[in-house]
Amino acid sequence: MFSTAKRVSGMSVALAILFAPLTASAQQGGYPGGNAYPFGTPASNADIAAWDKDVRPDGKGLPAGSGTYQAGAKIYGEQCAACHGAKLQGMRDPNLPQGGGPALIGGRGTLNTTHFQMTVESYWPYATTLFDYITRAMPYTAPGSLKPDEVYSLVAFILGEGNIVGKNVAMDAKSLPKVQMPNKDGFYLDNRPYPVKRYD
Amino acid sequence: MTRPPIANESEIGEPLTEADLAQPSAEDCACKEGMFPRRQILRGGGLLTAAATLLPARAMADASWAVPGRIAKSDYGQRAPFEKVTRLAASGGTSSLTPLQAGFGIITPSALHYERHHNGVPTIDPDQHRLIIHGMVDKPMKYSVADLKRFPSISRTVFIECSGNSNAAARSAAPKTAQEAHGLTSTSEWTGVRLSTLLAQVGVQDGAAWVLAEGADGALLSRSVPIDKMLDDAFVAYAQNGEAVRPENGYPMRLILPGWEGNINIKWLRRLKVGDKPFMTREETSKYTDLITLTGKARQFSWVMEAKSVITFPSGDMQLPGKGFYEISGIAWSGRAPIERVEISTDGGRSWGLASLQEPVLPKAHVRFRYPWLWDGSEAIIESRATDQTGYVQPTKAFLARAEGVGPTYHYNGIQSWKVAANGSVSNVLNG
Repeated sequence: MFSTAKRVSGMSVALAILFAPLTASAQQGGYPGGNAYPFGTPASNADIAAWDKDVRPDGKGLPAGSGTYQAGAKIYGEQCAACHGAKLQGMRDPNLPQGGGPALIGGRGTLNTTHFQMTVESYWPYATTLFDYITRAMPYTAPGSLKPDEVYSLVAFILGEGNIVGKNVAMDAKSLPKVQMPNKDGFYLDNRPYPVKRYD
Repeated sequence: MTRPPIANESEIGEPLTEADLAQPSAEDCACKEGMFPRRQILRGGGLLTAAATLLPARAMADASWAVPGRIAKSDYGQRAPFEKVTRLAASGGTSSLTPLQAGFGIITPSALHYERHHNGVPTIDPDQHRLIIHGMVDKPMKYSVADLKRFPSISRTVFIECSGNSNAAARSAAPKTAQEAHGLTSTSEWTGVRLSTLLAQVGVQDGAAWVLAEGADGALLSRSVPIDKMLDDAFVAYAQNGEAVRPENGYPMRLILPGWEGNINIKWLRRLKVGDKPFMTREETSKYTDLITLTGKARQFSWVMEAKSVITFPSGDMQLPGKGFYEISGIAWSGRAPIERVEISTDGGRSWGLASLQEPVLPKAHVRFRYPWLWDGSEAIIESRATDQTGYVQPTKAFLARAEGVGPTYHYNGIQSWKVAANGSVSNVLNG
């Protein structure tokens, strides 16, 4: 365990040294660390597989399967349009969950204006995030209920409606990470604090 | 620090009358504990609220509560039935705000801790709940609540603030109260297990740099956390203010990342996946990023909540009874470093005086500040300005508008202005 901890960071090395001596005559107030905490149980492959569904921009985590614009249009009408609008334009309605779903398309070219509109089309930097998010959180009233083929189809439909990919492009684990989103270069790492002038 | 003169404190409360004095003395009374302190309150004049004046002297003569009260019960206690302050739910039901204007000290009662969730509050059976740690680790592990409680533990008092706090206040003076304007911040004492302890157990592998944290709620809310933060001061909390974490705050366990924006303190924590790159979830790409409309580009991974403060008394929608002494009071906090000073202006920012800070000043926790004020009865704009130990000074609204334009204004921390009108009414105003 200590050799493992050394690989983590200098801090862990320091902690390991502080807490290292697990001896019969442990010092008062000293924490043994190491293998003195045999709590919990090993996570099985099945345990992990049941929850390990996140998807990264490089495509890591994308499941097998595929989907088309046409199949996506049908699923969208059944599962998504009530909150996001028939034309993906978004809905504002206090009777809908969260007061309605946001617009999914439109808004390109508005981000540096006072009428900015942040949508999948105008703002989202990675198409893979769309797959991850729909899989984990949508539809709002039955999250997690969509199968990979259905999610691929919805992604193909939304990207197609946003004129990001052609409506004849099938989405799968190979094609999805290659999609270039319009706003992929629209982000920068936190650069705060500002050089706030004292008492400005 | 220079303190303004204290008002004549005899103006607070009411003078004792002969009728009051004719009441039995403490020595005559069978219930000294009940009677004596009340006298002291009336004499001492330490209260500045209307509470003392709401009790007419006559009430002392007919103390209907000076009878045998309820006996001790084996129940979960309730506050006094006269206390009515509550959280305020925002439309849509995705958040509710802490009544900052009614708070004292630095701890937010658990029942009043703000809420923000992305698909409701799940009802989780703690016996069924598990936390899995996997990914780039030697030994993937699964922990129950009971397992976590066996590890060495820590308690730490920290604020959690939603990055969208004060969003509306950034753009207008429409939010009337401190609760409406800034109520998405709260402080609790959290108890749990350090991530450094847990990660040492599973054995983090070479090249690990990020940890995906995932909740068990309907949204399976997920965020990527740099492993340096995890090893620095992060912990998994199972207790809040001395009891189990509240359902709306992540029961039975949540991640605490002191000083960082609320949503990354993943509630209902069920999974930690160690990886070599950020996972780029929806929450850290298209949701909790800070679009700067001046450029059309967005700030990403803006985790730290910067220094901020708000006067909670007097504050919006209050009514001051008249000129005289008031103790201006409020809270200040910073996600970077302990608060070093809070300054108060009662003239709209033209001049400033030092507030006193209630010790201990805890890092990454609300800090209570106080400042004596003798109000002369003319219109006044009162403001507070926090500085943390990095030297960062809370900016003005005008500065942030110049720097950021009119974006979604996550992380808004501009100075709040309250106007005290000549008639004593207090309201939210835009000042500069």
